Amino acid sequence: MQQPQETMLLKGNEAIALAAIRCGCDGFFGYPITPQSEILETLCKEKPWETTGMTVLQAESELASINMVYAGGATGKKVMTSSSSPGVALMQEGITYMAGAEIPGVIVNVQRGGPGLGTIQPSQADYFQSTRGGGNGDYEVIVLAPSSVQEMADFIGLAFELAFRYRNPALILSDGVIGQMMEKVVLPPQQPRLTEAEIAQRYPWAATGRSKNRGSNYFTSLELHPEAQEKHNLHLQEKYARIRKNEVRYEEYQCEDATYLIVAFGSAARMAQKAIEDLRKKGIRAGMLRPITLWPFPSERIAQLSTQVKGILCTEINAGQMVQDIRLAVEGRTPVFHYGRLGGMVPTPDEIENALTEMIDNFSNENHE
Amino acid sequence: MKTLQDILQPQNLVYTKPTLMNDRPMHYCPGCSHGMVHKMVAEIIEEMNLTDHTIGICPVGCAVFAYNYLDIDWIEAAHGRAPACASAVSRMWPGHLVFTYQGDGDFACIGTGESIHAMNRGENITIIFINNAIYGMTGGQMAPTTLMGMKTSTCPYGRRADLHGFPLKMTEIAATLEGTCYVTRQSVHNVAAIQRAKKAIRKAFTNSLEKRGTSLVEIVSTCNAGWKLSPVEANRWMEQHMFPFYPLGDLKDTTEQQ
Repeated sequence: MQQPQETMLLKGNEAIALAAIRCGCDGFFGYPITPQSEILETLCKEKPWETTGMTVLQAESELASINMVYAGGATGKKVMTSSSSPGVALMQEGITYMAGAEIPGVIVNVQRGGPGLGTIQPSQADYFQSTRGGGNGDYEVIVLAPSSVQEMADFIGLAFELAFRYRNPALILSDGVIGQMMEKVVLPPQQPRLTEAEIAQRYPWAATGRSKNRGSNYFTSLELHPEAQEKHNLHLQEKYARIRKNEVRYEEYQCEDATYLIVAFGSAARMAQKAIEDLRKKGIRAGMLRPITLWPFPSERIAQLSTQVKGILCTEINAGQMVQDIRLAVEGRTPVFHYGRLGGMVPTPDEIENALTEMIDNFSNENHE
Repeated sequence: MKTLQDILQPQNLVYTKPTLMNDRPMHYCPGCSHGMVHKMVAEIIEEMNLTDHTIGICPVGCAVFAYNYLDIDWIEAAHGRAPACASAVSRMWPGHLVFTYQGDGDFACIGTGESIHAMNRGENITIIFINNAIYGMTGGQMAPTTLMGMKTSTCPYGRRADLHGFPLKMTEIAATLEGTCYVTRQSVHNVAAIQRAKKAIRKAFTNSLEKRGTSLVEIVSTCNAGWKLSPVEANRWMEQHMFPFYPLGDLKDTTEQQ
């Protein structure tokens, strides 16, 4: 029977919690930190252990929560955690272990300003931490960047799907704007949690208790012989190449006739979209590419667009992080500029508009010289 | 004249290797207590018929390779995080036996937070805590449980309170926590001790399956390589020095009253 679609007015953080229950999540392990505590609070208020049977546990630290996700993922269950920047910094140990032992799981980072304890206001300064591997070793994490409350809800299911498809951690990189703002959202229909038999059948690698018809399933990221470790790492690299090939996601806004391109993700893309509307009214043909997956990065599409436009402006709520990936993609074919605000300050559409106008002025000044 | 085949008859069987022990050479030093405890755990899982319902969490330390020796499902935890891992697994598979196997560095030092909070939540898990008062795998450094005056590579002149602080009695702390149901300290240095330790682990596993809370079984152990003693001398040294500070026996048992 088709469930009726419910439209609700929710905070991004609440949407994450409700979507997690509805997509058949088995366990949430978290620790309070601003600006994402509503995720854990909403789950505790919803009491999903009485309905779907989902476990919700407030752990003693982010270190404990990510290691609960590590082990919970190893059992073949859909498990997740959420935190904000300093808490996610603490989780990097568990994330690299998950990548090394090929354990699926979902991590949500509702970013705040840093470094250190930083501020509790929105930021995108964890781009490097997320896409460069904040932990040790050669590994990649699938990173999804929602730019609306609807995407907060939609990306939970997508993140679990990708995490299990590739047996890899998947991170939803949100920020305090998306986490705290309220928007209309349609939640996914309620899915049942997988049964023990379904898990054993779908995920023969999972730690379910060793049955008579299979050998021991064990999870480790340790290897004393470098030859074997290299072989394992090459296997991971081959997997990452497949993810790069198949899972790049992005959205384009008025790129068809664009002379100038803005590249922005998450909440910065919302401000940039408004700036483009205003610029278009003034006759400036600006367009936007919004990466949805920050890793794998839409390098190929940005490279294509770089041959079409006169310049690219990257707007981020940081000191210039994604701009490096854009420059790597563009390979000098067109100038790439950056505009950002730091430490919890968020750029306004006006500021982005001014930054692009300044960029265009620079070009015309150069042409006069 | 009897042939070997005549002798290899079921009625003549007095001892057999547990089938859950893999035929793989162990990396443990001769004389180390780990081999004995591994074998006991394998025997108990087999005797309790729990192979398909058991998940072990191994530590970082000498027992990191436990998954090579016991033919059950394992999750190798980051250093000290085994109790957090076990908490999640026990909640994901509530009908399973979930146990951690940890050394003193793992359980009582880097993982103190995870250890105390898992026990205090009363997670339905068993913690097997091998206390040999030294870091074996990294080559004999000071442990949280290193005795006063004891020499290690990072307290080469002997442990001193002013330089190194005091040995930590995590098992005594565990006994004060509401979430623990059974807290005991055992050893495996002679046959009688082995039998008592095996009984204790079996009881702990039963508690976990019956969801009575956390059971902690400390095994005061030898690290003859780290202590730089022969296996026999190490056992004697343990009796003389370790047992007075870490006395054997039950510290807490709420299951007796039930």
